[in-house]
Amino acid sequence: MNGFQVRHVAKDDVSILYLSGFLDAHTVPQFENALEEVIKKKRYKIVVNFKDLDYISSAGLGVFMGFIEEVRANGGDIKLSNLSKRVYKVFDLLGFPALFEIYDDEQEACSKF
Amino acid sequence: MKQTVKKKYRLKISAATENLEIIRDFINRLAKKAGFNDEQVDQIELSVDEACTNVIKHAYKYDARKMIEIDVFIDPEKIEIMITDRGNGFDLSKLAKPKLDEFIKHARPGGLGIHLMKKLMDKVKFNIEPGKKTQVSLIKYRSQKGSKK
Repeated sequence: MNGFQVRHVAKDDVSILYLSGFLDAHTVPQFENALEEVIKKKRYKIVVNFKDLDYISSAGLGVFMGFIEEVRANGGDIKLSNLSKRVYKVFDLLGFPALFEIYDDEQEACSKF
Repeated sequence: MKQTVKKKYRLKISAATENLEIIRDFINRLAKKAGFNDEQVDQIELSVDEACTNVIKHAYKYDARKMIEIDVFIDPEKIEIMITDRGNGFDLSKLAKPKLDEFIKHARPGGLGIHLMKKLMDKVKFNIEPGKKTQVSLIKYRSQKGSKK
């Protein structure tokens, strides 16, 4: 059973990660690996597009907290885009909008670097 | 005297992260069947996921031979989900409310999940019997009366 997929697309110096399915404690390692791959290549400008992500738990949010320091220390950022109302609510409940930039669409997120 | 109809359901399942999807489906179906709206169903489902994730990670330390017991009680007033593990328990007082910016540097195991459960449900109760079992009860009322949402 595998209800999560992550796909990486490079647009100039910005790396976009497209998430789909559900991000919980079971699928989190896949997302961590994908982020690690991007960071290993010293690509620190990252946009995570949530358009096709149906569900997230705090395990999924923990991934962002685990990587953000390193990314910002290298002059980059992780920006979020296209969150559904359901997914946004979880980020909002945990106070993430104060810590991460969240945009309605991917283009806008990319343009903020 | 008015008789209260209380429905009971039970799922006993191996403590593996791959089973979280099955647990969520089980809870989703019951909460919908009980007449909760979509937003409430989402809140109940996520809270149970958080509770079970904490059991898998912290009580059982990813030992999938251990079992999680999930009991659901539905009555005209509320839904109550009781999640039981046979781990060692924990000291609730040491789980301070997480401060997000500090959490980035010093991850506090399970803290975020419990914080979420408390925000999403109307009542969260812990019954910890050290070395024997830990039970978390998650309660959501149907109406606004007594409800946070």
